Amino acid sequence: MATKYDAAIAGEIIGRHGARPELLVQILHDFMDRYGCITDEAVRQLARELNLSRAEVHGVVSFYHDFRREPAGRHIVKICQAESCQAMGSRQLTAHAEKKLGVALEGTTGDSGITLEPVYCLGNCACSPAIMIDDRVFGRVDAKRFDGLVAALDGADV
Amino acid sequence: MSTVYVPLETAAVSLGADEVAAALADSATVVRNGSWGMSWLEPLVEVDVGGERIAYGPVTPDDVDELLGAGLLEGGEHRLRLGPVTDIPYLAQQERWTFRRCGLIDPLSLAQYEAEGGFAGLKKAFDVGPRATIETVKTSGLRGRGGAGFPTGIKWQTVADADGDQKYVACNADEGDSGTFSDRILMECDPFTLIEGMLIAGFATGATKGYVYLRSEYPLAKRIFAEALEIARSAGWLGDDTGGSGFAFDIDLHVGAGSYICGEETAMLESLEGKAGVIRYKPPLPAIEGLFGKPTVVNNVVTLGSVPDILAKGGEAYAALGVGRSCGTLAFQLAGNIRRGGLVEAAFGITLRELIEDFGGGTASGRPLRAVQVGGPLGAYFSSAQLDTPLDYEAFVALDAMIGHGGIVVFDDTVDMAEQARFAMEFCAIESCGKCTPCRIGSVRGVEVIERIVANENRDENLTLLKDLCDTMADGSLCAMGGLTPYPVRSALKYFPEDFTR
Repeated sequence: MATKYDAAIAGEIIGRHGARPELLVQILHDFMDRYGCITDEAVRQLARELNLSRAEVHGVVSFYHDFRREPAGRHIVKICQAESCQAMGSRQLTAHAEKKLGVALEGTTGDSGITLEPVYCLGNCACSPAIMIDDRVFGRVDAKRFDGLVAALDGADV
Repeated sequence: MSTVYVPLETAAVSLGADEVAAALADSATVVRNGSWGMSWLEPLVEVDVGGERIAYGPVTPDDVDELLGAGLLEGGEHRLRLGPVTDIPYLAQQERWTFRRCGLIDPLSLAQYEAEGGFAGLKKAFDVGPRATIETVKTSGLRGRGGAGFPTGIKWQTVADADGDQKYVACNADEGDSGTFSDRILMECDPFTLIEGMLIAGFATGATKGYVYLRSEYPLAKRIFAEALEIARSAGWLGDDTGGSGFAFDIDLHVGAGSYICGEETAMLESLEGKAGVIRYKPPLPAIEGLFGKPTVVNNVVTLGSVPDILAKGGEAYAALGVGRSCGTLAFQLAGNIRRGGLVEAAFGITLRELIEDFGGGTASGRPLRAVQVGGPLGAYFSSAQLDTPLDYEAFVALDAMIGHGGIVVFDDTVDMAEQARFAMEFCAIESCGKCTPCRIGSVRGVEVIERIVANENRDENLTLLKDLCDTMADGSLCAMGGLTPYPVRSALKYFPEDFTR
């Protein structure tokens, strides 16, 4: 669960990586794990402590799909959109998920429970279609299994 | 108590292996082994009966009570019983080299790794020295398994000969191609093989530091590999005096952040330096000026994982497998609409038909096969008339196709190939690093042109335009992203023209 940004703890995280600018991507992962997004305050502190410009930090944050500037829902549900899963009905599964959750891909449900996202391959291609919920991968997901999985999420109102 | 094996690998876990293991925990000693790669049978449970491992699968958590009642722990009869695991034809008919320990061992047991021949290759390298190690890799004919197929021994020679106070081994584990999962399986099911391969590469080239760049979509591989690094380090296989040889080498694990282009070697190096994954101009080659400007071996997981046994068994033994200049084995990955999906390690020369029909059992849907994409999102589509093509680097190049990382994605007759071509352009637009114009702009225009063709707007002119655009992207892009996106588009146009003119 994401916690409120805290400059002292953020500084500790940066320190754990030796304040080395070449570890920015790894530091950003730690920030995401703790804070759920990369705030303006975080960008300023990273720039200051890694001796980079804010533009450089923003450039890295905005380049990678994993890093977000705004918080996501409590759970992130990713549906694979790549070829192997397409061959097993991921387009239909995505349409079902959008209807079920009432949001389009990249959207978050009204109660901030679930953010629905595309992902391009989870490496579970022999068991397509695949989805990922937070850090867990599920294979051979049809509409019924999808509904069961999201219904089991705490705080999910679907 | 009987011993049962339940894989800890992603495909198995994605179908309930953790729950199956938990349900068996009160009745037997549960070993979390790696997967044999027979994903269609996962979760594949094995029970040790007098030293023989009897397989059952696919086992769901709901099957466990019934299986125990049927005498699972004694190898009893049941509809899910498959017999001795190594007799299953899908496995028995493979030529396992790089993946020979996958499924067999507990991936995090160093003792089992060594008992099954682990570190024999590294010890051999230490015995014969760096020069002879490189010669052995050259003799093997091993080529880069990430997709480009560059001769590994020559790359290592270049790094060894390059001047540099510091050299690196950077392992590319950014396995982003749809339909591929062999890097993941090796890292989850036999991680010490990769560590050993990196040690050998470092020793041979004079590199003392290794990096593994792993994609973030593989959280389980991350956990397992990080633990394997710790275990190897505490056992003295990483550090200042690896294996008591006096050779210093250590490995850091870096996790990517959801960018496909970071699988391109120079974008990966940028990302390893903490920057956006924007590709670099080549030359200079990474072997001369790579990570932090130093000579760097950039190899794929499977390439490095193939090296230990090449050292242990000799380069000739590996080169004896395969055809022509495609030596050794490749871990083919059967994916998409296929009945028996999974990993098939076989010598080059096997045909698409043998893989898809004999191993794969045809489509999962039971409908006729219509198209096959080989080599990931930048690979060409094949029609059902081309299934007798042998898997051989040169045979594929002759067909304007590529083997890439060995992913084979099957589609049945419900596929719309104009939509697949449109997706190829769309994917390129989403994942382009933006450095060169043909890729950044061409992919966006490609999506628009294909949409106009499908909508029958000036169709003939737009078809000509699409072909021109493909030429521009292929000839003018800086790297394989824009350069190869035309492969799926052109092959869809060539073999499935009717889908564009409905």
